[in-house]
Amino acid sequence: MHYLLLIYSNEKEIAAMNPSALGSMTAEYMEFTKGIVQAGQFKAGDRLKPTSAATTVRVRNGQVAATDGPFAETREQLGGYYLVDAKNLDEAIAIAARIPGARWGSIEVRPIWPPQT
Amino acid sequence: MNASIRDQAFEEIFRREAGRVLATLIRLLGDFDSAEEARQEAFIAAVEQWPAQGMPANPGAWLIKTGRNKAIDRIRRDAVFRTKVQGRETASVEADAAAVVEEVGDTAFGDDRLRLIFTCCHPALSGEAHIALTLREVCGLTTQAVARAFLVSEETMAQRLVRAKKKIRDAGIPYETPEPPLFNQRIQGVLAVVYGVFTEGYAVTAGSRLVDAELCAEALRLGRLLDELLPGNPAVLGLLALMLLHDARRGARVSAAGDVVLLEDQDRALWDRAKIAEGLALVDQALSIPGQISPYAVQAAIAALHVRARRKEDTDWPQIVGLYEVLLRLQPSPVIELNHAVAVSMVDGAARALDLVDSLRARGQVSEYHLLHAARGRFLQQLARPNEAREAYRTALDFATLEPERRLLMARIASIGGSPFGE
Repeated sequence: MHYLLLIYSNEKEIAAMNPSALGSMTAEYMEFTKGIVQAGQFKAGDRLKPTSAATTVRVRNGQVAATDGPFAETREQLGGYYLVDAKNLDEAIAIAARIPGARWGSIEVRPIWPPQT
Repeated sequence: MNASIRDQAFEEIFRREAGRVLATLIRLLGDFDSAEEARQEAFIAAVEQWPAQGMPANPGAWLIKTGRNKAIDRIRRDAVFRTKVQGRETASVEADAAAVVEEVGDTAFGDDRLRLIFTCCHPALSGEAHIALTLREVCGLTTQAVARAFLVSEETMAQRLVRAKKKIRDAGIPYETPEPPLFNQRIQGVLAVVYGVFTEGYAVTAGSRLVDAELCAEALRLGRLLDELLPGNPAVLGLLALMLLHDARRGARVSAAGDVVLLEDQDRALWDRAKIAEGLALVDQALSIPGQISPYAVQAAIAALHVRARRKEDTDWPQIVGLYEVLLRLQPSPVIELNHAVAVSMVDGAARALDLVDSLRARGQVSEYHLLHAARGRFLQQLARPNEAREAYRTALDFATLEPERRLLMARIASIGGSPFGE
C-alpha cells in the first residue's frame, strides 16, 4: 500500500536554526532519503517552502478567492512529505519514525486510495 | 437430547469457539467482515447438521472448515457475477480459494488468536475501539453485550465497531503478531487493554453489577489466554495474578446495602481462597523470572501482601511501602504516590504521610482527584485536626462522582460531626 507521510513541525523554530544545525538536519534528511530509496520504499518526497509563501484558494459561486496563508493557523505546520510504498501500517510507522522531523515535530501517516480502475 | 438442553450445549460451544474460529477465518479470508459472515454461516450449518449427524470430534475445526467452504462458495459466486459484469477472469479467484484449502491443514490456532489480539489492540486504533473490538472479536461477546457493558446503545456500539474495522482495513493494520523489538512495546498495549476491561468491571459503579462481574470474568479469561499463548511472560503472569487477587475480594468490597467496604474493614472470610491461591502462585512465578520486573508483577506482589494477612493487623506494611517505592521507580504516577503515602501512614504515622500528600498536591497535577482529598482528610482526622479534616472530605465530595464513594465520604464527615455540605 502507498502511504503519504506528512511532516509537521514548528516552522518558526526551523527558521531560527543556526547554519550548522540546519546543515546537520539536511544531512540527516539526505541520509534517511537514501535509505528508503535503496530499500525500494521511496516514491516521492519534497520539502515545502514555509506557510508565509502559502496561498489558500476557494471557489464559491463560481468566484475564485485566493487568500494569504494556510487554511488554518496551527502550532505545527506542514513542512514536507514523503510518498512511500509499505507492506502495511506497521512498516509505514517504522519508516515515519525514522524521519528526522519526527524527533521534534510529528508525522501524519495517511494511506492512499488505490487508483480507480 | 432435549431440544433446550441441546441449544444450551450448542450455545456453550459457539461461545467457547467463537474467538478462535474467527481468528483463523480472518487469516484465511483476509478481512474481518468476510470472516464474521463465514462464521455465522458455519454456526447456522452446525445447528442444522449436528442434531442429525452428531457432534463432530473437533467442533472448532469443523466450524472453521465449514466457514471456509461457505466463503469459497461465495467467492466463486461473486467471481461468476464479476465475470458477467466486468468480463474479468475467475482463474485467479479460484487459485486463491485453492490456496485457502491448502492452508487449513496446518492451521496454528494459537498463532491466529494472538494475531487477532494484537490487531484489536493496535495503537493506531482508539482506546474505546481496543476494548470494544477485543470483547466482540476475541471474547466473542455479542454487540449488544458489549454495548450494555459500556452503557451505550447497541447502535452506537455497532457503529464504533464498524468504524474500527474500517480503520483496520483502510490503514492497512497488519494481521500479525509483531516481531521483537516491536513485540515488547506492543504487548504493553495489549496488557493495558486487558487491564482496562478488568478495571471497567471492577470500578464501584452505581449501575448494573452483573455486567461488571462479566467484564472481570472476560478480563481473567483474556489473561489466561495470553498466558497460554505466551507462556512464561513475566508481565502476563503479573497482570493475571493482579487481576485474580483483586477479583478474589470482589464479594467483600460492597456491603448488602451497596456501600463501599474498604480493604481494612472487609470480611476476609468472603474472599475467594481458590483465586487467591492461584494468584499467589502466579506472583511468585512472575517475580522469579530474571530480567526487567513488570509493574503489574509489583502491583500483584502488593495485593498478595494484603491477602496473605489473616487479620488486618498482620499486614506487612513496611514491605508494601518498599514495593510502592519500586513501583514509583518503574512507573512514576501521582496515583501510585498517593497509595505510597497511605502505606507510609501505616508505618511512620499520619504526619509523614500528610507531608507526602501535601507535596503531591503542591505540584498541582491531581488537585481534582477525590481520593487525594479523602486521604488528606483521613490523615488530618488521625492527627486530631477535625476542622481541616472536614474541609478535606468536603473537597473530596466535590470531585467524587460515584454514589457509593460519596456515601462513604458523607459518613466520614458525620463521624467528625458536621454537615457534609458546609455550614
